[in-house]
Parts: sequence; C-alpha cells; structure tokens
Amino acid sequence: MSMLTAHRLLGLPPQDQVRVLVTVGTELPFDRLVRTVESWATTSGHTDEVLAQVGESGEIPGAIAWTRFLDGPRFREYFCGADLVIAHAGMGTILSALQFGRPLIVMPRMAKFGEHRNDHQLATARRLAELDRVDVAFDEDELVERLDDHDLAAREPIGPYADEQMISALRGAIRDSHDLV
Amino acid sequence: MTSHRPPRVLAIASGGGHWIQLLRMRPAWEGCEVVYASTRPSDREDVAGAPFRVVPDANRWVKWRALWCAVRVGALVIAQRPDTVVTTGALPGYFAVVTGRLIRARTVWVDSVANVDELSMSGRWAGPHADVWLTQWSHLSTPDGPTYRGTVFG
Repeated sequence: MSMLTAHRLLGLPPQDQVRVLVTVGTELPFDRLVRTVESWATTSGHTDEVLAQVGESGEIPGAIAWTRFLDGPRFREYFCGADLVIAHAGMGTILSALQFGRPLIVMPRMAKFGEHRNDHQLATARRLAELDRVDVAFDEDELVERLDDHDLAAREPIGPYADEQMISALRGAIRDSHDLV
Repeated sequence: MTSHRPPRVLAIASGGGHWIQLLRMRPAWEGCEVVYASTRPSDREDVAGAPFRVVPDANRWVKWRALWCAVRVGALVIAQRPDTVVTTGALPGYFAVVTGRLIRARTVWVDSVANVDELSMSGRWAGPHADVWLTQWSHLSTPDGPTYRGTVFG
C-alpha cells in the first residue's frame, strides 16, 4: 500500500502538505494550544498546511486537519517534514526537535487550567529557554506572536545519544553489577 | 570472579519523554543482553530486533492501575532476572527498582531531565532504593543523592 493511500485511509493529509505539526503528546489533551494554532491558521490563511495531534480526549478542531494519535513512524514522518513544530513542553518532543533539527515552539501546560497535575512543564520550559535549547511561548498571545515571526530556526542539532559522562557512568554501573555475579 | 556471559540489562520506562530519554542511553548497554519495557506497544519499533515487553501504564493518582502495574512489572523483573535494571521513570520504573532490589539486581534510576526545580515524586521514592541515583541537573544533586553525571542532551 502506498503512503498516500495509507494516509487517505486514516484521514490524514499527505506529508508534503503539512508544513506545521501541532502535537500535544499522548497522555492529556491540550485544547488551549490547538485552539490558538487553529485561530492563527484561520486568520493567516494557513489552515491547509496544519496537522494537529490532539490526544485521546482533546477537542476536535473544525478548520485544520487533526488526528488523535500518531504512531512512531508516522509521527517521525510528519515531524521531520514539517517547517515548524508546535507542542506542549514535553521532553520527548523537545529532544526529538533537537535531534532531528526541527524548529520548535513549546507552550507549557498549566495546572491552573487543568492541563497537567502540576507546573513542571513551566519550570522545564523556563530553564531550557535560558539555556537556548528551545523557543517558548508562555501564553496564547506569545504563541501567536511567535507564529507570526518568520525568523524561527532550529537549534544546533544534538547527537542521537546522551553525553559521554552519562554513558560512562551507566556503563560503569552495568559492568560493576556483572563483576559481582 | 567475572562470568563469561554478557550482563543482562532490563531497560524500562513509561512511553513518551521517559522512553525517549532511555533510548538515548543505549550505548551504555552495548554488548549486553538487553530487554526493553515500555507502556506503549508501538515503542517496539524503536528497538527493532531487541526483546521488548509492554507493561501497564499507571500513575500514582489511580490506585488500582498502580497496583496492576506493580504486579506486572514485578513479574517481568522476576522472570527476566536482570543483573542491572536501568530506568528513567516514571511509576513502572519505580516498581522495577523496588523489585530489582529484591532479586539483588543492580538498580539505576536516572531522573527525567524534565524535573528541573525538584525531583519527581517517583524519583524521590525510588532514588533511595537505587544503587545508582542520578539527576540531570547539577543543582539538584546532594551529598545523599542523587548525583549529577551528565545529561541525555549529548
């Protein structure tokens, strides 16, 4: 089965049409993020170029293509093909954007809106923004501002693996256990 | 005395960010006999060729799910008899550390890089039980653990 047919069967747009991928992860909905991108896309005339992964219980957008879940290969396909990824401040997405060199804007989930149990995404986003690992929009207005900004660029890509210090610490722990056998 | 078979490693994490961080540590167990476990069946494709098990997803907010997760993860650890358990969390990793300790495996907890201001709850529970307890933020390390030994950023 060709990729095109597979996408049609799943009701997904062809990969080369999707310039902007919105992803909220698999655990919880993040309607505030999806709604903001949908409204920006409507105003700016980009609705045909956006695909939103909205989660199991997320609101369904009316103006942009959507899917509840993307499996690994399809996620990577859209992710790597997109000019821009917009996401919650989840580490999986942030690490993938760095590894695959994709421009990324994250908006942290907020506990006060019931988007997560606590505000750890806010803390992560703040710290990683300070370290210049990621572009952060802390609220909807900032997100629209960033979406209108055409100078967004990917960060310096990182390699596929953890740093040498961590690898050697783990390797040491594994070898030690073995020597005790 | 060192035995001749390769070390047996159980690498376990919840699906999503925890799993992606675990995958970035793969060179650490190169040459070992590794079994992976995650909460998401589609994660199997990330480790094609290696044995992969699915464990129930759970968080500490839904008690009966957590209990089921503990049972399944415990059974997995006992069946696999790893020399070392490596986990990036969250709750399934906690249960793997606790059961790993029971079977006298070496246990390694790497707290998620997402935990910037404070350790995760599962990390605070698991850390003191783990032989090696790491944080990815140097400002969170303390003399009693966790310690800082680099990050998954690479």
